[in-house]
Amino acid sequence: MAVDVRGSLRGAALGGTWWRDPRVRSLGYQIGSVAIVTALVAYFAHNASVNMARQGIASGFGFLDREAGFEISTALIPYSPADTYGRALLVGLLNTLVVAAVGCVLTTIFGVLLGIARLSSNWLLRQVTLWYVEIFRNTPLLLQLVVWWDLLRISAPGPRDAWQILPNIFVSNRGLAYPVPVWHEAHIWMLVAMLIGICLTILVARWARQRQERTGEQFHTILAGIGLVVLPPLAVFLAAGAPLDLDKPALAGFNFQGGVIISPEFAALLFGLVANTSAFVAEIVRSGIQAVSWGQTEAAGALGLRQGQVLRLVVLPQAIRVIIPPMTSEYLSLTKNSSLAVGIGFADFVSVANTEMNQTGQAIEVITILMAVYLTISLAISAAMNVYNKYMALVER
Amino acid sequence: MATQQAATAAQVAGRPMIELRNVNKWYGDFHVLKDINLEVRKGEKVVVCGPSGSGKSTMIRCINRLEEHQKGQIFVDGIELTGDVKHVEAIRREVGMVFQQFNLFPHLTVLQNLTLAPIWVRKMPKKEAEELAMQLLERVKIPEQANKYPGQLSGGQQQRVAIARSLCMKPEVMLFDEPTSALDPEMIKEVLDVMVGLALEGMTMICVTHEMGFARTVADSMIFMDRGQVVEVAPPKEFFANPKSDRTKLFLSQILSH
Amino acid sequence: MTDITHDASAGLFEARRGVVARSWDWARTNLFNSVLNSLLTLMIVYLIVRLAVPLINWAIVDSTFVAQNDAACKAAGGACWAFIGNWGRFLLFGRFPDPERWRPALVIVIFAAMMLMSSRVRLSGKTLFIMWGGGVAGSVALMFGGFLGMPYVETELWNGVPLNLLLTVGGCGFAFPVAIFAALGRRSRMPAIRWLSVAYIELFRGVPLITVLFMATVMVPLFLPTGVTIAKLWRAEVAFTLFFGSYLAEAIRGGLQVIPRGQYEAADALGIGYWRKTRLVILPQALAISIPSLVNTSISAFKDTVLITIVGIFDLLGDVNSAMNAPEWRSAYWEGYTFVAAIFFAVCFFMSRYSQSLERSLSRARPGPRRK
Repeated sequence: MAVDVRGSLRGAALGGTWWRDPRVRSLGYQIGSVAIVTALVAYFAHNASVNMARQGIASGFGFLDREAGFEISTALIPYSPADTYGRALLVGLLNTLVVAAVGCVLTTIFGVLLGIARLSSNWLLRQVTLWYVEIFRNTPLLLQLVVWWDLLRISAPGPRDAWQILPNIFVSNRGLAYPVPVWHEAHIWMLVAMLIGICLTILVARWARQRQERTGEQFHTILAGIGLVVLPPLAVFLAAGAPLDLDKPALAGFNFQGGVIISPEFAALLFGLVANTSAFVAEIVRSGIQAVSWGQTEAAGALGLRQGQVLRLVVLPQAIRVIIPPMTSEYLSLTKNSSLAVGIGFADFVSVANTEMNQTGQAIEVITILMAVYLTISLAISAAMNVYNKYMALVER
Repeated sequence: MATQQAATAAQVAGRPMIELRNVNKWYGDFHVLKDINLEVRKGEKVVVCGPSGSGKSTMIRCINRLEEHQKGQIFVDGIELTGDVKHVEAIRREVGMVFQQFNLFPHLTVLQNLTLAPIWVRKMPKKEAEELAMQLLERVKIPEQANKYPGQLSGGQQQRVAIARSLCMKPEVMLFDEPTSALDPEMIKEVLDVMVGLALEGMTMICVTHEMGFARTVADSMIFMDRGQVVEVAPPKEFFANPKSDRTKLFLSQILSH
Repeated sequence: MTDITHDASAGLFEARRGVVARSWDWARTNLFNSVLNSLLTLMIVYLIVRLAVPLINWAIVDSTFVAQNDAACKAAGGACWAFIGNWGRFLLFGRFPDPERWRPALVIVIFAAMMLMSSRVRLSGKTLFIMWGGGVAGSVALMFGGFLGMPYVETELWNGVPLNLLLTVGGCGFAFPVAIFAALGRRSRMPAIRWLSVAYIELFRGVPLITVLFMATVMVPLFLPTGVTIAKLWRAEVAFTLFFGSYLAEAIRGGLQVIPRGQYEAADALGIGYWRKTRLVILPQALAISIPSLVNTSISAFKDTVLITIVGIFDLLGDVNSAMNAPEWRSAYWEGYTFVAAIFFAVCFFMSRYSQSLERSLSRARPGPRRK
């Protein structure tokens, strides 16, 4: 709000008091608060530079080019202790992002299933999911992560006696090992066949919708789509003689070789985050579906729509509007909670940053980087949600 | 055409459009409908009134299976209403319902609200459904609102859209559950006008309402319910002039005092 | 759905049908009412039996309640509840000097009493405020000691459950005024104030709590003049205050947004100035509306105080971790974790039930023109 100084002076000349003018007041408050904050910041900065000089701590971001000198057990890009601090941070950031992405996908699937199960007509299923949700929501996440970690690290047997929970999938105290298919030529053709299937599904869906608009006849688009996406790759697979060689994890000496091996820390973090966040997502889904007023289901039923049609055409579109905003909060929460990795020894972004902070003593720079990165992620997700909200808002007067 | 054939057939068979025989319903231990017997012939207009809690809404909601009766039988156009899903679906295609809270689908436009059921239940082609919808919107006098969302309309307009939405399914019977109770006074008339128009065209109607002026104009038969029982059934003239039961007299004195 | 037909003599008939028949009816409608549900029921029952039987064996049948070390427990093969028995006081109170243990115990009792009072008895806002403020102040004084013959205990030795409680209530307590100003500031029409509030709220909501804790424990000593130090506990408290403040601010802002314009206009029409209007008309209503949200934030805050273990301060979880390192009890970690989980579950479950009942009673009590 711009202040019309002339106006307030005129007011003063007319016998009014300028300091009671709301415009002057507002300017005063604003200048005052900015001044206080600036003064505080300046005071802290001064103290910090004095203290850091005394303790011989360097300042500036030059440390990022220095040699790191510490190991990182889980690295998605090549890394060795001879690499720079900057690269170490990158490794940590990638770990965080992978955990967050995989975690969000798994949480969505598991949480939605749990939420629907909470509304099931089966009493036993309702009770079991209720207790699951209550236990995971009312205990601290750090405790849950530590329990998962101990389960996978201490309770799990050594590789020689590893638990085989499914054929060729082993859990031992060195981690979770599972097989991956060996790359074979036919696989490329299978991928091509699947892509063709997806395109065909889109075309069929469009044709079916247009036919329904014209003649009213309905078509089982979903079933057809599943068939189109699954059958062609299967056909290619069989035609090529069913080449499926698995790179199976096998005991070699003291540990497994082959396949993919996930460290116990990574597995604990992932499972712990998914198990915890799904409980919250389940509640969001449940209350979202219940938020759609019962009258909507009644009116749709009264018109003759079947239960499946009522769900698909009336209830779910409205429920999704209510569900998505808190869901994105949970995604953000999961990403931030992945920082608890520092408590179970997994090298995520915060862990690596913490190590660097302790080694170089340059706390201010490291924490600034930390907060800047997380802020960017948060603001990106918030902005995306705002756009989505504007787009989906129910049109009202 | 089909309805006329059905009408002739029904009249020939002497069979009522809607029949309730000894219908009883309990909510847990609470006996909400006690031995309800009712017959509604084709083209007949029935108004049900009574104090709140008398079970009038519950009774008409049993007719299209929004509530389930535990004892007795309900027949709609000869089809018995049981747990059998096929029967329920068949009945719901023939019975239209208008709710006190309108219950329009807020995420769809007015036109989409109207065409949803014809397309997905009667498997009508989209164009035909939209033509039918526009005809009915004209009939309820708001064709210009076709592409608006329910949130943008007034209460009276929303209820008229709700009536048009039920009419799109070309029902044999229309059930009205206190259609004007949630409306501001100046909008009640526009909805009642539509209902009167429907009545004059020969639609079979069961209305639960407090609008006694409407009842006097349109009803063939007045039903008074109290505490789960049908207390009195009479044509409106007799009903208002010479109520037989004391409970009816008490109710009428309360409701007609202004 | 099945048609349950009643006889004319419904009551007598029901009684004669007996418990078994009625349970079978219930099971039919709730457990086996469709093919899918029947399969699910059978699967769940199988899983429960598979998991519950060994669990009960471990926890109750084979467990040892009294022992000196875990040799006896290992021999029995079950849970080692003796660990809790022997170490219980350490788990709860940490390294607080032995003879003075009654002080943290009293703190726990004070908090439990305050929580019970808040949820059972209808107290006015002012009384509640005085009770909690007095309770917290009294607890801090008790923990410090140094008067009335009680020896002084430095904050390093404040461990265990009283620490979690004090951090939560203290953190949220100090955060409350900060949150109010931030919420009001965010709705202000003055751009500078609004931007400062938004910056504060978004900054602390967008970063993980652990980074705020690091920031406080490591950076605060740098920001203070040379030679001035604050105990680590107070640095962590600052972190919690700033962090919880931003979440509480959002909860209060939610309450502020719901207040109709008419309230502001009525107050303005009466000539009441901004600060009086806010204090007497707007805030009481906003706070009342946002109470469920505020309680939920406090419950999360209580769980979040466990993070203090990571910066080297020993709360309940920290105590359990260090107790488990004692050589005689090497294998007793499940018992320790169960102990911690049980305490947190009890408190959080109780508080969330309370919050739900608050929400219900508040939505019923809201006045206004007749809603159709």
